[in-house]
Amino acid sequence: MNWLDIFLMAFQAIVRNKLRSFLTALGIIIGVGSVVVMVHLGQSATQSVTDEIASIGSNLLFVMPGTAQRGPGGVRSIARPFELDDAEAIEREVPGILVAPALTSNATVVFGNANETIAVIGTNNNYFIVRNHALAHGREFEDSELGAGSAVCIIGTTLVEEMYAGQQPLGTTLRVGRTACRVIGVLEKKGQSMGQDRDKTIVMPIKAVQRRLVGKLDVQTIYVSALVDGTTRTVQRDIESLLRQRRRVASAADDDFYVRDTQDIAEALASTTNTLTILLGAIAAVSLLVGGIGIMNIMLVSVTERIREIGIRLAIGARTRDVLMQFLVESVALSTLGGLIGLILGVAGTWLITTRMNMPFLLSPAVMLMGFSFAVVIGIVFGFFPARKAAHLNPVDALRHE
Amino acid sequence: MRGIYKIYGTGAAEVRALDGVDLTIRDGEFVAIMGPSGSGKSTCMNIIGCLDVPTAGEYLFRGVDVAGLDRDELALLRRHFMGFIFQSFNLLPRVTAVANVELPLIYDGVKRATRRARATEALRTVGLAGRESATPNQLSGGQQQRVAIARALVTEPPLLLADEPTGNLDTAMSDGIMVQLDRIRVERGITIIMVTHEPSVARYAERILHFVDGRLVKDGPPAAILP
Ligand SMILES: Nc1ncnc2c1ncn2[C@@H]1O[C@H](COP(=O)(O)OP(=O)(O)O)[C@@H](O)[C@H]1O
Ligand SMILES: [Mg+2]
Repeated sequence: MNWLDIFLMAFQAIVRNKLRSFLTALGIIIGVGSVVVMVHLGQSATQSVTDEIASIGSNLLFVMPGTAQRGPGGVRSIARPFELDDAEAIEREVPGILVAPALTSNATVVFGNANETIAVIGTNNNYFIVRNHALAHGREFEDSELGAGSAVCIIGTTLVEEMYAGQQPLGTTLRVGRTACRVIGVLEKKGQSMGQDRDKTIVMPIKAVQRRLVGKLDVQTIYVSALVDGTTRTVQRDIESLLRQRRRVASAADDDFYVRDTQDIAEALASTTNTLTILLGAIAAVSLLVGGIGIMNIMLVSVTERIREIGIRLAIGARTRDVLMQFLVESVALSTLGGLIGLILGVAGTWLITTRMNMPFLLSPAVMLMGFSFAVVIGIVFGFFPARKAAHLNPVDALRHE
Repeated sequence: MRGIYKIYGTGAAEVRALDGVDLTIRDGEFVAIMGPSGSGKSTCMNIIGCLDVPTAGEYLFRGVDVAGLDRDELALLRRHFMGFIFQSFNLLPRVTAVANVELPLIYDGVKRATRRARATEALRTVGLAGRESATPNQLSGGQQQRVAIARALVTEPPLLLADEPTGNLDTAMSDGIMVQLDRIRVERGITIIMVTHEPSVARYAERILHFVDGRLVKDGPPAAILP
């Protein structure tokens, strides 16, 4: 009996019972489909996080109060906040850097009939360079405005679109919280970043946010950009020793602040999304396994239904291995077919979701190959037991079976 | 075949389907096995056909002791030396007549084109030329049984085993089948062993074996045994 005949036989059996074959393969289709979608989405997410962070600026350091054992998400907020003095000290003591202290506060912004709650960032002119977000129109803050904490603001393009409806924003007055605030500039368009609209923002002098919105003289984050490539590590060390001094951290104690560069943050986020990818992939793999059990189930039913057929085949001279191969190939064909359909649906699903969510659409041949071969292996493993059962039937009993 | 026993169950539930049967069948004979229901006819037939093995006793097929063969060797023996015909036809449903007839050739590794030609030829021999692509449920009982005969003969085995081949057919159809079997036997010089209830069918044979309760009680030509 040659392979072509075995395949044809399996194919005919599958076609003869289309609905049952489809239902059997469905478990594998869903299993492989979800593995492909989940793992690809996970990889896409990791990629987009890495991309976004790279776009923030490669020489950028974040200085924040708190301890940072668990990355930026695990900040303990009991640490003493910074003040403007700290930022000034860093700028004075550490050479070759730009410093932008920042304090963010949500405030209701009203213009005409439109009103929205928006994150207002208080900072200085270095912010535009350090955060890589330049002005499209208007001007930056004047020193006098920064020093006095004047009610002036520079707004993002989303605000212009949503609140101005084609009107020229420069020179108009917005209400930010309880402050009437003159618009002196518009930021250039940045787009989405990690699910956030970077253009839905208002930038004001930090003293204005401190006094008029927050009511405290805190500084939340100090952004530092090293002017020379490759010096971020030195800059990081300098800032750390300076801040330990200023904040009088005992020499044995841990820092009560942390300095991270974008690389660290990218790695931390990537490791989080990787963990998530593995988790989702594992859940999907379990569904693939369940699909395999489905195949075994149906193949067992199919063997029982076809006992007489098996008897006939044995009577006319089929050997144990002929019957074994027939049923094994049938289950492998089903799982392979299911794997293929699952692969196609998985790729389609990945494309659909990534385009909808503005994520990069990337396909990993390794993932596709893995999902597919997993399906084939499942067909072999779960098809073996029913096939063995069929092959070892006693011909007389099989022929006698009703 | 000497001292053949086939015992099902144990103790009180023991059934002696064959209870010490001694039997020799020569090449080219046409033998009918008769006897009441449950007398062990089918069991004897299955042992002769190597579908089943005896509990005790010795069975030599063309000088080879079948007890020394394993499962796959028995399968090969059936493939090359035996053709089976059953009371209930036992065709694969939803499979065309010609594909049913081809089946034994597939296991024998015969090439596709040769296979089709030989199956078509076998169908022609049993008078079913033109019905190659009919499925069993499109054929009458007699036609189905003739497909089964074609399937049994397509490998050109020297021994044909038929367990009540006419049991599900009316008299006219039975006669048709028997005439055909007899003709093929004469043309090819094959051995036929056939189980039957009906004296009219048994008359086609040259020798009748009469079983009662698992024992061979009468053995002789139809004239001597049939009333
Ligand atoms: N697989 C089996 N298990 C138990 N008893 C069986 C089995 N096959 C046959 N028998 C018993 O063996 C006896 C002979 O059966 P069989 O050869 O089929 O009779 P016949 O074909 O002459 O009607 C019967 O009593 C039957 O019940
Ligand atoms: Mg019987």
